[in-house]
Amino acid sequence: MIEAHGLVKTYAGRLALRGVDVRAAAGEIVAIAGPNGAGKTTLLRILASLARPSAGSVRIAGMELPGQGPAVRRRIGFLSHSPLVYPDLSGEENLSFYGRLYGIPNMRERVVLGLRAAGLEDVGRDPVRSYSRGMQQRLGLTRALLHAPSVLLLDEPYANLDTEGRESLDRTLRIFAEEGGCVLMTSHDLDRLEGVADRVEGMALGRMERPARIGLKVRHG
Amino acid sequence: MAEIVSAPAHAAARPVGLLRAASAILWKDVAAEWRSREIVSGMAVFGLLVLLLFHFTLELEVQRQPSLTAGAVWVALAFAGTLGLSRSLAREIDRGSLDGLLLAPADRSAIFFGKMGANLLFVWLAAAILLPVTSVLYNVPLLQPAVIGIVALGTLGYVSIGTLLSAMAAQARTRELLLPILLFPIIVPLLVAGAKATEAVLAGLAWAGLAPWVNIMLAFDGIFLSAAWMVFEYVVEE
Amino acid sequence: MDSASKPLKTLTLASLLLLAVATGLVLFYAPREAVMGEVQRVFYFHVAAGWVGMLSFLVAAVAGGMYLARPRARLDEVAVSSVEIGVIFTLINIVSGSIWARPAWNTWWTWDPRLVTASVMELIYFAYLMLRSGIDDPERRARLGAVYTIVGFLSVPLTFFSIRFFRTLHPVVIGSSNPAAVGGFDMTPRMLQVFLFSLLTFSLLYISLLWHRVRLERLTRKVEEAKGQRMAGGAA
Repeated sequence: MIEAHGLVKTYAGRLALRGVDVRAAAGEIVAIAGPNGAGKTTLLRILASLARPSAGSVRIAGMELPGQGPAVRRRIGFLSHSPLVYPDLSGEENLSFYGRLYGIPNMRERVVLGLRAAGLEDVGRDPVRSYSRGMQQRLGLTRALLHAPSVLLLDEPYANLDTEGRESLDRTLRIFAEEGGCVLMTSHDLDRLEGVADRVEGMALGRMERPARIGLKVRHG
Repeated sequence: MAEIVSAPAHAAARPVGLLRAASAILWKDVAAEWRSREIVSGMAVFGLLVLLLFHFTLELEVQRQPSLTAGAVWVALAFAGTLGLSRSLAREIDRGSLDGLLLAPADRSAIFFGKMGANLLFVWLAAAILLPVTSVLYNVPLLQPAVIGIVALGTLGYVSIGTLLSAMAAQARTRELLLPILLFPIIVPLLVAGAKATEAVLAGLAWAGLAPWVNIMLAFDGIFLSAAWMVFEYVVEE
Repeated sequence: MDSASKPLKTLTLASLLLLAVATGLVLFYAPREAVMGEVQRVFYFHVAAGWVGMLSFLVAAVAGGMYLARPRARLDEVAVSSVEIGVIFTLINIVSGSIWARPAWNTWWTWDPRLVTASVMELIYFAYLMLRSGIDDPERRARLGAVYTIVGFLSVPLTFFSIRFFRTLHPVVIGSSNPAAVGGFDMTPRMLQVFLFSLLTFSLLYISLLWHRVRLERLTRKVEEAKGQRMAGGAA
């Protein structure tokens, strides 16, 4: 579902990616581990069509980037360090906004379902600025799933979650993959990734590496 | 979390139309502004302050000098407008929520039209406060269809190029400083034409005295609306 | 790479030589204008500098457009170099115009359309340079700079026309002559020769300056890249 070849990206005058190949199939959870500054975030931003590669090609769900950008973005759910929600709006309004932006026909239904899924039914009408970071992150994940994407791109999704939130995220990702979705996520927390990922790739200094080569000890996979 | 995954949305995975995505963004900005009311009230108060300062520094006795009132109103609108413009996109960029808009399954120009629509609405609301107050304070009939039309035309061009430039300024270190410096030399023709057209109306001139200025504003609006629309994508995408 | 290439050296020498010749022509060959006298000699370099200013902003806008279509560092180097040269020549244009205006119009400054347009244009490109200095990432600097060169250039004719509706007193020397304009004059064949020669000289001067400036920009970038690589190497 994700196929990227030879991705190069210069950022702030230096090479953030130096020829990266990534593949992930439907039903697969792929994790990319590596130190800060390895280029993980840049890679995810290119796959999400938020940044243009300086060289290389990207195909997602059989469609080319950047040519078919709008169609590709309809299939992608993206979550980064920032939950991409608006603090002045309530949780419900945030989800309604994204529902409109993605043109979901059964929006009201999805928003109610989403708030329940995130465990935010009781505070759905409160402004998001009153939410804890964990609640905001759960709202962010719901936002990323609202339009039923087939590809999930997650940048450090565990960062702001408590233990319960992490386990809930693991369960969600497994169900997503079982339903035929494809997950690509990054983290520097290798233990966490190994619990849920089908495959762990290493990344350092803008290149994909075998995890062992960059000092990551992988138990299986 | 599991529920939302296993219950698929009925939507076909199709891109969303430009107008639909733009109006979603416009709706979002209006809802947020309705909560805080910070942009419109900030612009209106600042605009009134500018008019007040003009009155004291230029001894604006306007019945005798329609050109001064017209100019003062346009300068007040331009100054106040930069406040709202610099807020609008800087806010999205600071919070990273611009990414949320860039992820929309629509053409990137939807973001431009959504943000521009919201900015235009806010500037119009601020003008709707400024114009009547100015009319009363300075005893000039600003609330007439011709003046309102001229203000609408001028602010359209102003907000088109302003939305584009505010998205650029917000990405620089010197952002608040930069927006007026980038914006004002470019809108010189618009301000000149707007002030002169308003003056012509206040002086009771016929259409012939107004036409060249209105034409300049139309040309400005057409050129900069299309230019901003075409290049906006390059400004927001990395 | 270290020393300038042979064509560049030749071009530089040629344009300097032409500049010396042009100065000589302006001072000694061109006839003394009957009404305004010696100060009219400013006109030759004044118009030539204005021409180079416009040309360089046009080149920057074209390079900007090409950069957006296909991002290449070279195009950004051309754009910024051209703007810097344009800013200098526009300044020369404004100052020399002012020197001429003092005796001809009896004032250093007047709100004439060309004067105002030139000054607003100068401010637009100051803004361009400030925009660039506020952005650290070279790729983003190039991209946003390209957008601004295009938008800025689009506004120049509009500024001119909007201010033209105020009564103009700038002489229209070439083409139709406006009898109301103060300081207009008919060019004699000799004057025309010197004028065209000045235009040619300044155009050549522009090309060689642009070439030098682009080369300098390129060398600077190489040094920065080498530094960056050493730092990255040190960290690894």
